[in-house]
Amino acid sequence: MALTAATRIAVAPGLRPWLMRHPGVARLGVVALLLMIWEIAARFFLDRDFISPPSVVLLSLGDLFGTPGVPAALWVTLYEIAIGFVLSVIIGAGVGLAVGLNRFAHQSFMPIVLLLYGIPQITILPIFVLVFGIGVASKIAFGVSHGMFPIMIAVAAGVQKIEPILFVSARSMGASRWQMLRYVIFPQMVPSFFAGMRLGMSGVLLGVLLAELYVSTAGIGYFTSVFTQNLDATKLMGLVSILAVIAIALNETVRRAELHYARWRD
Amino acid sequence: MKDRRTTQRRIWSRLVQIAFLAALLLLWFLAANVWGVSRILLPNPADVWNQLIDIVASGAFIPDLRVTLGELAVAFAISMSLGVCIGYLISRSRYLVKVFEPLLAAIYAIPIILFLPLYVLLLGLGPNSKIALGATISFFPIVLSTIAGFGYVDRTLQTAARSMGASDLQLFRHVLLPAALPVMLAGLRMGFTVALLSVIASETIASFAGLGHRIVDLAENMDTARMFAYIVFVIAIVAFLNAVVSKLEGRAQWR
Repeated sequence: MALTAATRIAVAPGLRPWLMRHPGVARLGVVALLLMIWEIAARFFLDRDFISPPSVVLLSLGDLFGTPGVPAALWVTLYEIAIGFVLSVIIGAGVGLAVGLNRFAHQSFMPIVLLLYGIPQITILPIFVLVFGIGVASKIAFGVSHGMFPIMIAVAAGVQKIEPILFVSARSMGASRWQMLRYVIFPQMVPSFFAGMRLGMSGVLLGVLLAELYVSTAGIGYFTSVFTQNLDATKLMGLVSILAVIAIALNETVRRAELHYARWRD
Repeated sequence: MKDRRTTQRRIWSRLVQIAFLAALLLLWFLAANVWGVSRILLPNPADVWNQLIDIVASGAFIPDLRVTLGELAVAFAISMSLGVCIGYLISRSRYLVKVFEPLLAAIYAIPIILFLPLYVLLLGLGPNSKIALGATISFFPIVLSTIAGFGYVDRTLQTAARSMGASDLQLFRHVLLPAALPVMLAGLRMGFTVALLSVIASETIASFAGLGHRIVDLAENMDTARMFAYIVFVIAIVAFLNAVVSKLEGRAQWR
């Protein structure tokens, strides 16, 4: 009886109940609808100098990659994000461990870390460019200054949360300093480390992209301002979309890693 | 005994903090005055202080501050009204929450600052593109927290209120709103902070006026001492506004 009822629901019924059970499909529908509105509005109602329909943007991606300098600028941005992220992880984990492992250091330096993290960093972007120039270095440095603090804070918090009993028992079994790090601290702080890396990645993306957009004489910022001045909406939207896709891909990679490693303990 | 040790430790860590900040200042002073780091890169702390006094005393900051706060007010008004209304409407149906919440969260994960060049193309270099960016960025924390606040109110509370004969308005006033308010207010505070930062960021990247623009302008003219003073001033303004908003939130939460 139950079986027939189930099959009747599954087979019988119209689009509406089916959509009700598949919110993911409805979500795709919403996205498609928005794209369609954009397409129609851009094709028939709005000024093509300022807004380009999505189909045109998509078809002209090849053209965009053919523009001299654009692929290189994108590669440089990826490179900056990668180096910035690696440096943020190294500095963040190092300082986080140092501050988290010692109670006195935690009490003394954590307020300073939080104070520095609270500074609206966009105000000091011009200083980064004055000191490091308009090239790769200033963008990496600005990315690191955004990315390292969340990692620091997450790692320090993760180390602080380790139960003292684990240290005591490891020590009573004669663990050396290195063994404590390797077998007690590292495995215990994996989840918070990955949570910090996720926040750090969005920080690095924000920092690098802010610096890239700010410097308008080289890299991505140069092309966004050139496309804006030439009223080349198609290429501008293409470039922005590619950067957005890169950002989504990187964020998603770190988020997956976090989900994977955070589950490890349960 | 233990008490005394913890107070002692607290005093020592305060001293370390003060020493750390003092060492930074000393390092700055030495670098600027003794080691001869270029004035263009690192101004003399005394010059920065004088400039800061001058900026505050002369009122030179007022036009820029007015531009920035005006953009912020409009941007936040837009994102607050849209975010709260749309969030509330979505939260009324579990199905709509399932459809829209992941979508909004996914867009929120993109660095929305990327839209700034598009807004500049569409709306020009004036205040409108800053308002649009600030409103877009702050819309997401507000709408998501409104959904989280109203969407996850305990069903038994709602059923209980209904069975006692509560009208729609009474249900909203006495059940939904009190349950949702804390989450929503936290979202509004966060929206305010990101709106302020993105307005300043977009002024820094492309504009004619505003505090962010002033800092860039001074940097381009190599007037570093005044630029440092403006940076300190803007950081103080941001800290002050954030403190006011946190205070307001705390007061509303308490009620």
